[in-house]
Amino acid sequence: MHAHERPSVGRTGDTLVALCGLRKEFAARRTSAFGRRRKVVAVDGVEFEIRAGSTFGLVGESGSGKSTIARMILKLERPDAGELSFDGRPLWQQTKAQERDYRRHVQAVLQDPYGALSPRLKVREIVGEPLSAQGRPRAEIDAAVTRLLETVGLANDAGQRYPHQFSGGQRQRIAIARALSVEPRLLVLDEPVSALDVSIRAQILMLLREMQERLGLTYLFVGHDLAIVRYVSAVVGVMYFGRMVELGPADDVLRNPRHPYTRRLVSIASMRQALGAERLTGELPNPLSPPSGCHFRMRCAYATQRCIDEVPMLRESGDEDRVNVPKGRVDVPRGRVGVPTRRVACHYFAEIEAGAKAATGPKAEGA
Amino acid sequence: MLLEIRSLTVAFGPVERPVRAVWDVDLSIDAGEIVGIAGESGSGKTTLCAAIVRNLPRAARVSGEMRFDGRSINAMSASELRQLRGREISMILQNPMTSLDPLFTVGNQLSEVLATRCAVPSGRLRERAVELLRSVHMTAPEHRLRQYPHELSGGMRQRVLIAMAGSTAPKLLLADEPTTALDATIQEEILVLFRELRDRRGTAIAIVTHDLGVIRRICDRIVIMYAGRIVEEGPVATVFSAPRHPYTQALLASVPVLDGDRVQMKSIGGQVPNLADLGDFCAFADRCPNAVDQCRAATPKESASGDRQRVFCWRADELS
Repeated sequence: MHAHERPSVGRTGDTLVALCGLRKEFAARRTSAFGRRRKVVAVDGVEFEIRAGSTFGLVGESGSGKSTIARMILKLERPDAGELSFDGRPLWQQTKAQERDYRRHVQAVLQDPYGALSPRLKVREIVGEPLSAQGRPRAEIDAAVTRLLETVGLANDAGQRYPHQFSGGQRQRIAIARALSVEPRLLVLDEPVSALDVSIRAQILMLLREMQERLGLTYLFVGHDLAIVRYVSAVVGVMYFGRMVELGPADDVLRNPRHPYTRRLVSIASMRQALGAERLTGELPNPLSPPSGCHFRMRCAYATQRCIDEVPMLRESGDEDRVNVPKGRVDVPRGRVGVPTRRVACHYFAEIEAGAKAATGPKAEGA
Repeated sequence: MLLEIRSLTVAFGPVERPVRAVWDVDLSIDAGEIVGIAGESGSGKTTLCAAIVRNLPRAARVSGEMRFDGRSINAMSASELRQLRGREISMILQNPMTSLDPLFTVGNQLSEVLATRCAVPSGRLRERAVELLRSVHMTAPEHRLRQYPHELSGGMRQRVLIAMAGSTAPKLLLADEPTTALDATIQEEILVLFRELRDRRGTAIAIVTHDLGVIRRICDRIVIMYAGRIVEEGPVATVFSAPRHPYTQALLASVPVLDGDRVQMKSIGGQVPNLADLGDFCAFADRCPNAVDQCRAATPKESASGDRQRVFCWRADELS
């Protein structure tokens, strides 16, 4: 068995990454020398778990905080509050040796395959670099690189060439090969196919799925294309302005969305309604002075006074979605083990779903 | 016919081994029509747009005939071109970063457009600029006027450009990947804006994009390009429900669809060909499941059917 094909440590279905009450703030620039120092809350009390061997899809628009979460998991940003743990150990109490290990266990594949690869290095050097950083011997690196290039479907002579000689899809394969080189357990995929051509996207997504099945990898897949996220994910979390508004099995959430925001996204993506049939009125919230209560209320057709007064908590949305998969089953496709129950952060999702809630029109500030 | 293009070819590189970014393209756009031009990178869709406003690099060799509103674009003088660009044909480019001047505020740049193209008196410039920004759903428009392009997100920059392009009620709007940088809910709003522009002012819109969803959502007609040539063209409803060219079929199958029990997706094998290696044969033959000897020997002829639909495939009639 090749070294990189050994099953990952920790059983499939166990919690690999856990976020609890995670919060991240950024300081905004003062508009004048005497102005108040203001802050933007990029991530506001987010909680979820990523199970080993499965894919967690994080959906949201730009500014929703999904990339900030990815960066915190990559240990590139430090949360201001809350817990973030990997394999049961808090990320921010690691020793030097543990941190070194962690950086090997968690790798990233980012959106821009052009910016991610050094133009001055040959592909062989790029793919082997994480291994040299780990201090592996030359011969081992060479063998690993050859194997990795083959794994991601690149021609044998690819290693001798430079990144500019490859197309976008091929570069993304190189980035994936580099990420896999150190036998990671978690891949953070931040919009990995958004910059690629439509026909190439399918190739890369299939490669990612195949890698997961073969190597037992765990993915955090950050994306905005709902169909693609549903294709790769077992569980999906929908973010809106720093908060998670809906969470649950990907097929359920994206087929039968409950939060008004998710409903809106799904309605657009599935083209269920004609263009402009249902307009989102109201302005996007200003991140410097977010609305009280529910962040979505200013664009929501069902908002009431309660949505202004009270922040809706992410709560379980009913028993009918509870998925009971026996523990220890490993042949479940896409790592659908221990899929969490459906949770929604909306005061009125049940009434809306039952058609018992009349649209009230969006509520403006102070209405 | 607002825009009529006949056998347009744009070639680069050495004469003996030319790279034809656009090769023998015939295309017409009616007034008030929304046409989607689809294709992957390298298919020639962006070059086609640049050719229409004669904004190609000097090295480009152009042949063919282009007529806009009864006048030949090929024969236009520099001053006629200036009148054409911006006032009659507006353009929204792919990269909002490079379309705005980093040294001037958004307010400066909007005012310039309004003053030179729309002859708005200086006293009303600010008010009109705020109106324009509001029309593209910018938050805090008064504040944005004082900001520089680098202070805006990519999506907001694109919205500024859309506001500028729509300010003059052009006859034709060429939009190159106009919504690619935008979020789904905002993208939807922008598409609604495009349609309003067409409905209110009769502006014809050509949307160049790789996002088939956008075309399906807003366009009347779709033109699919592959390796510099048009491979299929027709009404959106017809082409999406019954594509005739194998490339169109493969492209549609590679887009995951959200509805249904499972998300299905098929990938297209192989790579987009090198444009310099193409000769007088079907460029898709190497990746095509139905290719026969004829496909590798000669360029497919147009096979037209009613409803302004046409396809360039030797086997289209036999297989559909």
